[in-house]
Amino acid sequence: MNRKKALQAPYLFWSVMFILIPLCMIFYYGFTDKTGAFTLENIMAIATAEHAKALWLSMLLSLVSTVLCLVIAYPLAMILSSMNVSQNSFIVVIFILPMWMNFLLRTLAWQTLLEKTGVINNILSFLHLPALNIINTPPAIILGMVYNFLPFMVLPIYNALVKIDKNVINAAKDLGANQVQTFIRIILPLSIPGVISGITMVFVPALTTFVISTLLGGSKILLIGNVIEQEFTRAGNWYLGSGLSIVLMIFIIVNMVLSSVFDKDGEGAIL
Amino acid sequence: MKKELITLQNISKSYDGQLVLDDLNLFIRENEFLTLLGPSGCGKTTTLRILGGFETPDSGKVIFDGSDITTLPPNKRQLNTVFQKYALFVHMTIAENIAFGLKIKKKSASYIKDKIKYALKLVNLEGYENRMPDSLSGGQQQRIAIARAIVNEPKVLLLDEPLGALDLKLRQDMQYELIRLKNELGITFIYVTHDQEEALTMSDTIVVMNQGYIQQIGTPEKIYNEPENAFVADFIGDSNIIASTMVRDELVEILGARFACVDKGFGENAPVDVVIRPEDVELVAENTGTIEGVVSHIIFKGVHYEMEVMANGFEWLVHSTKMFPVGTKVGIKVDPYNIQIMNKPVSEDEEASTVNE
Repeated sequence: MNRKKALQAPYLFWSVMFILIPLCMIFYYGFTDKTGAFTLENIMAIATAEHAKALWLSMLLSLVSTVLCLVIAYPLAMILSSMNVSQNSFIVVIFILPMWMNFLLRTLAWQTLLEKTGVINNILSFLHLPALNIINTPPAIILGMVYNFLPFMVLPIYNALVKIDKNVINAAKDLGANQVQTFIRIILPLSIPGVISGITMVFVPALTTFVISTLLGGSKILLIGNVIEQEFTRAGNWYLGSGLSIVLMIFIIVNMVLSSVFDKDGEGAIL
Repeated sequence: MKKELITLQNISKSYDGQLVLDDLNLFIRENEFLTLLGPSGCGKTTTLRILGGFETPDSGKVIFDGSDITTLPPNKRQLNTVFQKYALFVHMTIAENIAFGLKIKKKSASYIKDKIKYALKLVNLEGYENRMPDSLSGGQQQRIAIARAIVNEPKVLLLDEPLGALDLKLRQDMQYELIRLKNELGITFIYVTHDQEEALTMSDTIVVMNQGYIQQIGTPEKIYNEPENAFVADFIGDSNIIASTMVRDELVEILGARFACVDKGFGENAPVDVVIRPEDVELVAENTGTIEGVVSHIIFKGVHYEMEVMANGFEWLVHSTKMFPVGTKVGIKVDPYNIQIMNKPVSEDEEASTVNE
C-alpha cells in the first residue's frame, strides 16, 4: 500500500502544482478586485460590447471551422477506413506528416503564403488572375483553424469507422439495403460517437486559440482568446483575464458535457 | 427428387495468387439442409460468400432458379445470410433489427408489426421487441439474427458457422432449433461449419471440402459409413485408417491377416486404404479373433470405453461398452460390412482432387 502511494506521489505533486494551484489562482483572481475584495465584476465583464463581440466571433469562427472540418474529414476517414492496412498506413503518414511540424511554424507558413505579396498572390498575378485578399480577415482564421485541427476530426471518425464490423455492413446489404441506405441507416449512426468527439476536439481548441487569430487575423480581429491573452500580457489585469477565462471554461465544460451525453462509449474519452 | 434450386458451375477463386476454390461444381436442391463441412481454409466460407454475393468468383457461374446471378449484388438476391458472430445492428432495438429488411422493401407498418411478432415467436423470444442487442445472451442474439433474416421470406438461408461462438450445451439446443425452423419454414438451408457433429446432426446432405476441392457429397450416413477417401474418413469421426492390400474381390489383407469384406472391383493384390470405425472393432477372447493384440490404453468416456489395442504393429482405436484392462490379451474381429475399402491416392494432389459425384 505504501509502495503504491510512493509511486503515486510524483503524479500527485504534478497535479497539485500545475493543475490544482493554477486553477485555484484563476478562481481567486476571477472573483476578486485589486483590493482583494469579492466581486462578480470580472465575470460580468463578458457582457460588455467589446468582450461579447469577441466571444460571439470566436464561437462563430470555431463553429464554421468545425463544420468545415467535419465535411472534409468524414469522406477522408471513410476512404482511409476502406483501404487495406498497407495502403492505409502510407496515406496516414502522408496525412499526419504536417502534424509533426510545429503548430506555430505551420501557421506562420500560411501567413507567408497568404500575404498580399505572398507566394499565392505572386502565382495568381503571374497567371493574370485576381489577387486573393484574405489575410487579416475571418476567412484566413478559419483556414488556419481547419488546417491545424483537421487531423483531430479525422482520427476519431476513422477509429469509429474501422470498428464497425464488415459483416454488419454486409448484413445490411444482405437485407436489401443499397449503398446509400446502408450509409444512412448503419454506417452513419454507428460512427456518431467518433463524430461527437471529433467535434469536441476541434471546437474547443478553436474556441480558445489566440495564435491563429494573431498570425492570420492581424491585430484587427480580436477573438476571446486574444482578449484574455492581452489582459494578462499587455494590460497586466490578471483579475479581468481570470474572470473571462472562467466564462470561457464554462462554455467548454457545457460543450464537453453535451458531447459526453452523446458519446456514451467514451470514444473521445475526454470527460 | 426435388428440383435443383442453385447450381455452382466451375467456380474458381483465388486471393493474392492463392487458389481457394478450384473448378467447384455443386447443386443444391429445394428444401434441402446442405452443409459445407471442412477444416479452416478449405474454401467453405468463400463458397458461401459467393452464394451471398459478397464475393465474385474469378471464373464460373452461379445459377439461381434458372437465372445467372454471378454478378448480382447481395441486396438484389433472394437469399439471406446469418453471419458468424450475429452482426446485429447494435444501435437499433430488436424490433428495428428484424424490421430492417422489411422497411427497405417498403412494407406497410401493420405487415411489419405482424412479421416481427411471428418471427420472435418462431425463435422463442416473444416480448423482446424493445430490448437492445447488447442486453441479450449469445444464443438469443443468434436467434434474433435468424429472425432478422427469415422475415424477408428468402428462398435460401445461408448460415456461416452460426453456432461457433456458443457453448456446447447451447450449441446442441440450437441444432434442434435449426432443424425445427427449417422444417417449419420449408426453405433451403446452406450451412457452413467445421464441426462434424453439427453437420451429421442437422444435414440432409453434407459436402466435405478440403483445400478448395469437394472431397465427397452425400447423406450423413453415407459420409460416415462409406467415406470415399482417407481425408473424409479422418475428418468425420474417429477411425482406424490402415494401408492394406486387396487380395481379390471380397478379401483384404490387413496387417498380414486376411479379413472378409464386401467390396469388389479393386483388382487383385492392389494397394488400398482400409477404414474401420472404432465402434466396429469387436474385441473377443484371446485366440478367437482374426488378429491378436494387447490392450495398451483405456479411457472411460461415459457411454463407452475408448481403448487402444496394439496388434501386428498397429495401434487400433476401439470403442466398446465392455471393459478390458490394460495388458489383457484380446482377439480382434471385424464384420465384413464394417470394412470400408478406399483407393489409395497416387499423389497428394490426387488426394485433394478426388471428386465422385
